[in-house]
Amino acid sequence: MLSGDSQKMGMLTEQAADVSRGSAAGEMSCTGSWTVGGLASLEPRVEAFAWPAEGELAIDGSAITAMDTSGAWLLHRTRSTLELGGRSVRLHGLRAEFDALLKLIAARAAGAQVPSPPAPSALAKLGETAWIGLLRLWGMLSFLGEAAVAALRSIAQPRRIRWQPILHNLQTGGFEALPITGLLSFLLGIVIAYQGAEQLRRFGANIYVADLVGLSMVRELSPLITAIIVAGRSGSAYTAQIGTMKVTEEIDALRTIGIPPLELLVLPKALAMIVALPLLTVYTDVMGILGGMVMAHAQLDLSYGTFLDRLDDAITLRSYLIGIGKAPVFAAIIALVGCYQGFQATGSADSVGRQTTTSVVQSIFLVIVADALFSVIFSWLHI
Amino acid sequence: MSDAPERTVDGVVEVRGLNTRLGGSVIHEDVSLTVVRGEIFALVGASGCGKSTLLREAIALLQPVSGSIKVFGQEVVGLSDEEALPLRRRWGVMFERGALFSSLTVMENVGVVLREHTRLSRRLIDENAAVKIALTGLPPDAGHKYPNELSGGMRKRAALARALALDPELLFLDEPTAGLDPLSASGIDELVRQLRDALGLSIMMVTHDLDLLWRGADRVAVLGEGRILGIGTMTELARSDHPLIREYFYGPRGRAAREQAWKRNSATPQ
Repeated sequence: MLSGDSQKMGMLTEQAADVSRGSAAGEMSCTGSWTVGGLASLEPRVEAFAWPAEGELAIDGSAITAMDTSGAWLLHRTRSTLELGGRSVRLHGLRAEFDALLKLIAARAAGAQVPSPPAPSALAKLGETAWIGLLRLWGMLSFLGEAAVAALRSIAQPRRIRWQPILHNLQTGGFEALPITGLLSFLLGIVIAYQGAEQLRRFGANIYVADLVGLSMVRELSPLITAIIVAGRSGSAYTAQIGTMKVTEEIDALRTIGIPPLELLVLPKALAMIVALPLLTVYTDVMGILGGMVMAHAQLDLSYGTFLDRLDDAITLRSYLIGIGKAPVFAAIIALVGCYQGFQATGSADSVGRQTTTSVVQSIFLVIVADALFSVIFSWLHI
Repeated sequence: MSDAPERTVDGVVEVRGLNTRLGGSVIHEDVSLTVVRGEIFALVGASGCGKSTLLREAIALLQPVSGSIKVFGQEVVGLSDEEALPLRRRWGVMFERGALFSSLTVMENVGVVLREHTRLSRRLIDENAAVKIALTGLPPDAGHKYPNELSGGMRKRAALARALALDPELLFLDEPTAGLDPLSASGIDELVRQLRDALGLSIMMVTHDLDLLWRGADRVAVLGEGRILGIGTMTELARSDHPLIREYFYGPRGRAAREQAWKRNSATPQ
């Protein structure tokens, strides 16, 4: 801002900018401080100024006390709009330093105003969306292929397996998930036993609460709830980590150093997850049944011993293994979707957030789809 | 040099007896300096000597242990974000890595400041943003690009455009030319001087760029060992016999830049 005395007073106390009819015909007289603070109220007044339809126009700038680039722009715009309309405008009385500023703005701002690119038509948007969808599908498939190749290479050369990140991921994605998965499945066990107890009591079939809790937890709910929690916990973390590394060019750095990013970032996560999720599922089986047992004792007066005896008959080894067997598949889905979405992030903080959301939604969706497929297959096979 | 006359009359930034400790180590010990209105003031010193820390303290992002920093005559040490707001509207900051909002286009990056602090019409905001972008020498079509689509030099210019959005009286620049090719760098230092001359800005910057110091800075403070080793014009500092200052300016790169500057000066006597 150019004005010695007004600077010390700050913008608010300056004389407000204004325009009025000048002394000569067709003259606009400008007063006050033409700075960004006062421009909001000044602009409509300048726009509404009644210029005569004929004759030479003039702008008197002698009473302008302060001016910054925004004010200079408004003055420049006003003048050049008039001149574009074929009028001749004489600007006079401006202080030398304001005049220099105006000249700088006029010189620099020529051609500064670029209209934003036109919005694409609906058809173009549709085409673009479809194309992006196809590309994404292609990208996912090729990622899956690359990951499989990297896994095979690691199996062929076990030296290449990176144990430390695997152990680290086991710790963060597996061990540290124990409290939350345990608590949630315990509560789930309580809820199922509570809901079932009412119905079973009506038929005098109290003992079957063990079947209800045991089978539903072990076969369906425990693998599913564990996978969903882990997708929210670890899947999102994978995406955010890899996405940020992509944005900060760390992925490119890894590639340059000669470390395949898939080998360092994806395989250890996938492997750790495939080991950890079945173990977590065993744990949540136990916690869920424990919850049901506590509830059965409280609501139906079923002793722990009777409950456990019944459980032995209710849960076959086959249903137990079916439940556990789903877990590695869910684990692979979570790890691969999480990592893939991370690699899809582009340069902005926004995109990391978007990919993380997509990652969690997609992995939970795919886990449930996979679970449904398992049910269909098992019913075909009559197991 | 350190006892060069401090013109305290019209100080835009006045630092007095500043002490800073970060993570147990002493960064500043009794640092005092004054940035005079209308000058381009540069802070130099080896990496890690606390230049950027001093800058962050001046813009009230960091609190020193003791001492006083006055900007526009008002104490900024101990100010809350809310109290600092009226001051922050009067200065612009350009961060070392640009710190542009990555999810907004360059135009929106500049416009967001205007939208937040003024009641300007949409049209005027867009036009103003475009003027600022043009002022910093960016091509007009850069306005609709996202920061990650720009080169390093263009990103710096865009960051400068955002710092200029509210037409500040004072600009803080952290490493304005770091990581730029020589052509872009000399573009930036020319730009800084042009803006100062045209808009009457005061500029306080941190830099390692010796060319920028010779061509762009009115006065320079050398920071080292937690203290100010010397303050003065580049010519004054070049005559200093403090070992650290000599090492800084008389290293191989310092010599080249100095010879360049002297050649330029003798070619165009002032």
